[in-house]
Amino acid sequence: MSLESKSIFQMEKEIADLRELLRSKEQELRVLKECEGSKTHLSVEKLSKDDIERFSRQIIIPSIGVKGQQLMKGASVLIVGAGGLGCPAAQYLTGSGIGHIGLVDYDEVDRSNLHRQLLHSQENIGVSKVSSAAEALRRLNSNVRISEHSLQLDSSNALNIVQQYDVVIDATDNVATRYLLNDACVISGKPLVSGSALRLEGQLTVYNHHQGPCYRCIFPKPPPPETVTNCGDGGVLGAVPGVIGVLQALEAIKIVLGWTGVLSGQLLLFSGEQSTFRNIRLRAKNPSCDVCGDHPLITKLIDYEQFCGAKATDKESGLSLLKQEQRVSPETLHRSFICKNEGIVIDVRDSEEFNMCALPNSINIPLKKLEEVTTIQKIKEILDSRKKNEENFPVYVLCRRGNDSQRAVLKLEQSLGNENVAVCDLEGGLHAWARAIDSSFPIY
Amino acid sequence: MSQQQGLEITLEFGGGAELLFGNLKKHQVTLPACEGKWTIRSLLTWMKDNLLKERPELFIQGETVRPGILVLVNDADWELLGQLDYEIEAKDNILFISTLHGG
Ligand SMILES: [Zn+2]
Repeated sequence: MSLESKSIFQMEKEIADLRELLRSKEQELRVLKECEGSKTHLSVEKLSKDDIERFSRQIIIPSIGVKGQQLMKGASVLIVGAGGLGCPAAQYLTGSGIGHIGLVDYDEVDRSNLHRQLLHSQENIGVSKVSSAAEALRRLNSNVRISEHSLQLDSSNALNIVQQYDVVIDATDNVATRYLLNDACVISGKPLVSGSALRLEGQLTVYNHHQGPCYRCIFPKPPPPETVTNCGDGGVLGAVPGVIGVLQALEAIKIVLGWTGVLSGQLLLFSGEQSTFRNIRLRAKNPSCDVCGDHPLITKLIDYEQFCGAKATDKESGLSLLKQEQRVSPETLHRSFICKNEGIVIDVRDSEEFNMCALPNSINIPLKKLEEVTTIQKIKEILDSRKKNEENFPVYVLCRRGNDSQRAVLKLEQSLGNENVAVCDLEGGLHAWARAIDSSFPIY
Repeated sequence: MSQQQGLEITLEFGGGAELLFGNLKKHQVTLPACEGKWTIRSLLTWMKDNLLKERPELFIQGETVRPGILVLVNDADWELLGQLDYEIEAKDNILFISTLHGG
């Protein structure tokens, strides 16, 4: 057994070393080719033998032709977000022979990305998404120039980056970055291909194209932060952003080719559940739009996190609603609930999450249900059967990361006020539990 | 111009807005007969009283829908049709879509 596992470890190490060697050789080759290319190619747009063999299947489409392929070779597309939308968009754009692709992302590859962000492989967990995606794209077509922007797009850098490209793809995952990108595209005069996806639904439109509306024309005010759901909380089926990301690549190509029929002033709604596409007619450009109107109020980039009241990432930051004495550490919970069998644990995640993984003997009551009188009645019955005449009987509340559990504590303190209980939440949630107590517990 | 009979219309929800309406994406409803015409404005009030299952503030703010919800009448943006003042007709399909931001 130990011999066998040692050899598995050795093999993994050898493979990792070989990958590293492969990476450095590929880098070396790229530099060589770039030197060679700058010497021989006077016009980048001229099609090479490789180009013709590679792209013949799309060149023979009459509406594309050699001229169209040359346009694509001379074009540049910026993809913001190398995730569920950005991966398929980048893959198809690279495959199609767009000459220059820019990738923007601040994040690293996480195991929970792999089901939908298919440019990233499991060996690249922890690697920056931009370099992971760039590596996969270069393997697909080493003639395409890939520019890596491993950074958080913000008001200080967005214009400088956006201005280097012809078309921009919004493949981001949060409201603040969507407004930032919209304004940067309006100010720089670039069309913006905007896609989004959640659960089994996707949405797609093109903003700021040929006098069409921009994002602010349609949505002058940002949504209240509590109404915004990200993929981490709402879930998403990988193939759904896959569909939308591929369509984003298609719209970008149509813009590059100068075609009519671009999805501007229209919104495409995709239902993965019903397999339907619904094409909605949107309002025209708003002459009094704050950014693209006749007398714009926004002429330079603003503070978008402040404007939206939300962070420019899809990661929820730590809430702090409770006093420190209303919170327990994983160690305290372990000692009290697991070792001494004190109190009860209420897990306020949705039942789907609870069914994936949960603490033994914890009770699942989703946060929403805490509003219901019958739920509170049920909790009181459990308490009656468990607590006898104890003072300050512990009621531990937990969730995934320790935000919803705080909201739940506030609710329970109201509804269980007369029950002689001490309601506390697990600080940092099950993520903290997995790190401090049980490394076999999934962090999702 | 009073409407003697009720007005049969289809209400649809998407992008997560359905979660506030019993998780049902399609509702066939009959708006009761009323003095004057039904408009989106009066429809929203009716929906708040008759259809909204929870947390109305996540759907309605003041007399209109909250920012981030798009109203589409027969697959066209309600801005093109007079917004709150649009006069609803029998068999209209009114879709409330919450915009998605994930990727
Ligand atoms: Zn605008």
